[in-house]
Amino acid sequence: MNFTLHIWRQKNAQSKGDFHTYQVDDIDSDTSFLEMLDQLNEQLIGKDEDCVVFDYDCREGICGACSLVINGHPHGEKKATTTCQLYMREYANQSELWIEPFRADSFPVIKDVLTNRDAFDRIIQAGGYVSTNTGSAPDANSQLIRKPDADAAFDAATCIGCGACVAVCPNASASLFVSAKIAHLDYLPQGKVQSDTRATNMVRQMELEGFGSCSNHRHCESVCPQEISIANITTMNRLL
Amino acid sequence: MSKLNSNAPTGDIDKRWEKHLFELSLIAPQNRGKYNIIVIGTGLAGASLCATLGESGYNVQSFCFNDSPRRAHSIAAQGGINASKNYQNDGDSTQRLFYDTMKGGDFRARESNVYRLAQLSGNIIDQAVSQGVPFAREYSGYLANRSFGGAQVSRTFYARGQTGQQLLLGAYSAMSKEVASGKVKHQSRSEMLEIILVDGKARGIVVRDLVSGEISAHTADCVVMCTGGYSNAFYLSTNAKGCNTSATWRAHKKGAFYANPSFTQIHPTCIPPTGENQSKLTLMSESLRNDGRIWAPKNIADCGKDPREIAEEDRDYFLERMYPAFANLVPRDVASRAVKSICDEGRGIGTEIHGEKLGVYLDFSSIIERIGEDKVREKYGNLFDMYERISGENPYQLPMKIYPAPHYTMGGLWVDYNLMTTIDGLFAAGEANYSEHGANRLGASALMQGLADGYFIAPRTVANYLAKNKLEPVGLDHPDVVKAMDDVKDRIDKLMNAPEPKNSPDYYHKKVGRILWAACGMSREKESLKAAIEEIKALQIDFWQHVKVTGVDKDMNQTLERAGRVADFIELGHLMCRDALEREESCGCHARLEYLESDGEAKRDDENFAYVAAWEYSEAGAVLNKEQLDFEFVKPSVRDYT
Repeated sequence: MNFTLHIWRQKNAQSKGDFHTYQVDDIDSDTSFLEMLDQLNEQLIGKDEDCVVFDYDCREGICGACSLVINGHPHGEKKATTTCQLYMREYANQSELWIEPFRADSFPVIKDVLTNRDAFDRIIQAGGYVSTNTGSAPDANSQLIRKPDADAAFDAATCIGCGACVAVCPNASASLFVSAKIAHLDYLPQGKVQSDTRATNMVRQMELEGFGSCSNHRHCESVCPQEISIANITTMNRLL
Repeated sequence: MSKLNSNAPTGDIDKRWEKHLFELSLIAPQNRGKYNIIVIGTGLAGASLCATLGESGYNVQSFCFNDSPRRAHSIAAQGGINASKNYQNDGDSTQRLFYDTMKGGDFRARESNVYRLAQLSGNIIDQAVSQGVPFAREYSGYLANRSFGGAQVSRTFYARGQTGQQLLLGAYSAMSKEVASGKVKHQSRSEMLEIILVDGKARGIVVRDLVSGEISAHTADCVVMCTGGYSNAFYLSTNAKGCNTSATWRAHKKGAFYANPSFTQIHPTCIPPTGENQSKLTLMSESLRNDGRIWAPKNIADCGKDPREIAEEDRDYFLERMYPAFANLVPRDVASRAVKSICDEGRGIGTEIHGEKLGVYLDFSSIIERIGEDKVREKYGNLFDMYERISGENPYQLPMKIYPAPHYTMGGLWVDYNLMTTIDGLFAAGEANYSEHGANRLGASALMQGLADGYFIAPRTVANYLAKNKLEPVGLDHPDVVKAMDDVKDRIDKLMNAPEPKNSPDYYHKKVGRILWAACGMSREKESLKAAIEEIKALQIDFWQHVKVTGVDKDMNQTLERAGRVADFIELGHLMCRDALEREESCGCHARLEYLESDGEAKRDDENFAYVAAWEYSEAGAVLNKEQLDFEFVKPSVRDYT
């Protein structure tokens, strides 16, 4: 398969970026999207050019490092899928692909299509934990948890912190990310004790980081690779 | 005279850790703030250690190469974590988990450490639950368990197929709490490139800021490496792309012995490669072997057929046939070798690469028939979805195709009972150390070991080291610090400016990977190992002459990052082959063709090889040191899973 790629190249956070066009040919249909970019980078090394910088690590959809807006969609058009789990068989041969970074003021571009998502770490530091210290825990079965609650906690806890919810939101709100952590811990007796202060502190940090508020566009849920539900945002609002 | 002292306590095995804890020196709470500790790598071991040290009151500086600690590859562990809670009342105990781990590792691990791990296993579950880790539960509200390979009890706790993710996020949240409290100062996108020794003690590290390319030195009272394993030496593995050996290899070159580097786990159930440009392989959790049945066609003629058209009597459920007692749940090394031998007979299925079909079926049709698709979806849904995304095939309708792939490394930096390497003040925890798994790790034991090290062992032993050593502060102008900085800069210059730049770092990574997979993978043999050693030597010379890194070093440059890591993989690959060559026996993952029983089982040689091979770096060639393993509480037997 052959593709024409229009990739956002930006030297650093201070400079202005623009699209550069590259051609990649003879791509096997079972090649993943990031492997296709690997092949582009091999070409660039051959031509003595600086490679396109992009975030990736596990390449199995769980670490949350990969990002990219592909043809206008964070993680591409395929539902419930991270960019690293996209395969070129999803695209028509000879198609043009527009590849951009996740765009939000709170995710400044570091270089090319790679952004700084440290704001998410700081939001977790503001309260996304249970204040338990090592060694003080009682026996794990001493507190029973209803299976539906445990399952709901798990569903919220599967958030991979990629930031696609922010990238797609017209307000660049991090509400889905923040609410997933708040709801995860609120479903469990261990976390519930601190639910009120956790919600207040995490939402305050979200605002300090410059993320917008939720105005119910619901795009976040539709692009979330883990299919995190916007019902979590209701839980968050209830706790505020 | 061996230079290795395990510092393991003596006496009753079940009292050793308790006795040791009492003998370790303490630091009073009001004094802990005077000590500085560097932690490199913030996966399960590193994040749990940072959290625990921070809570205790120490000053921690942590570093990771990812953009956040939450990305560490621990996140990808799927199936579960073992603990001998005996919640299922099926006869489990500390003793049994200890024995299963010793036996699973083919009696090449240190008894004292393994027993301690089994003792601590239950505390980890308690700790994780208290953090809000959403483990699977029964309708009763109690925790659920499942079975894993190499055990006849159900002791594996799990969070669907994302147990590693949930445990890492638990440790990450605990660490985040300490970042907020100011006790942990964390730097992401930072790669450790050198260890700083002062008077023979580890006192700091040199780090490259992966965004700006700036080189900086950081000093402390001691250093802990939690930098993971080196499966990526094989190029194609189930590890994340960034996983590397550079931190442990730099430590090795400064005096930390590398133990059992050839002990690498090849996981039986991974999605087979489909082409030349593939960048990694994906694991399908061992938990699938609870309900999936592994088979291959009996007749080579059937190998190209649609599997659903192959009659039941023409299918060879070879693990059930060869190992009736453990069947599809034999340990990983046993399963991997069986799959390989079937494919070597020509009975493999799937895409043909280089004239070989490398794959067998993992079939869920009988369990779907028995309990229904919905129940199967509840248990394994995310794994089935992942399989479908990658392969484009629906595993509810077609059996999965699987083939073994490098997955975990039992080898790593040699450590004593205190998790200290042969460099004073340099500790290694988690997969980075050679650990308790001997020659083969049992499924669901990696998470257990990483967290035991980070939450419960290293915090105590590091404090003991600090209490016992009077350490003067090391300034950034200290000559040893300046020298380490200069060495790092020189090396980067060499990588950026090879005499005749021609080939990308990936070109060399694929080359060394292919050499290792052929000679030091699922089967090893003297002559091919010797040839591989020569090939790797030549590759190393070629690399430094021809490696091509574009862009500049004072900038974000992923090509440069990769080049540095590949250079280290090449050197480590050489040592892996030497280690495999030296060990003239078969044990666990290490299958030397010259030392196999007629049925393909490993032929161990306890008389001559019941030791940990700890390699000491030297310019002239690595020197072998041996830590003799004594077995007082288990009797090494032939591993029999039939």
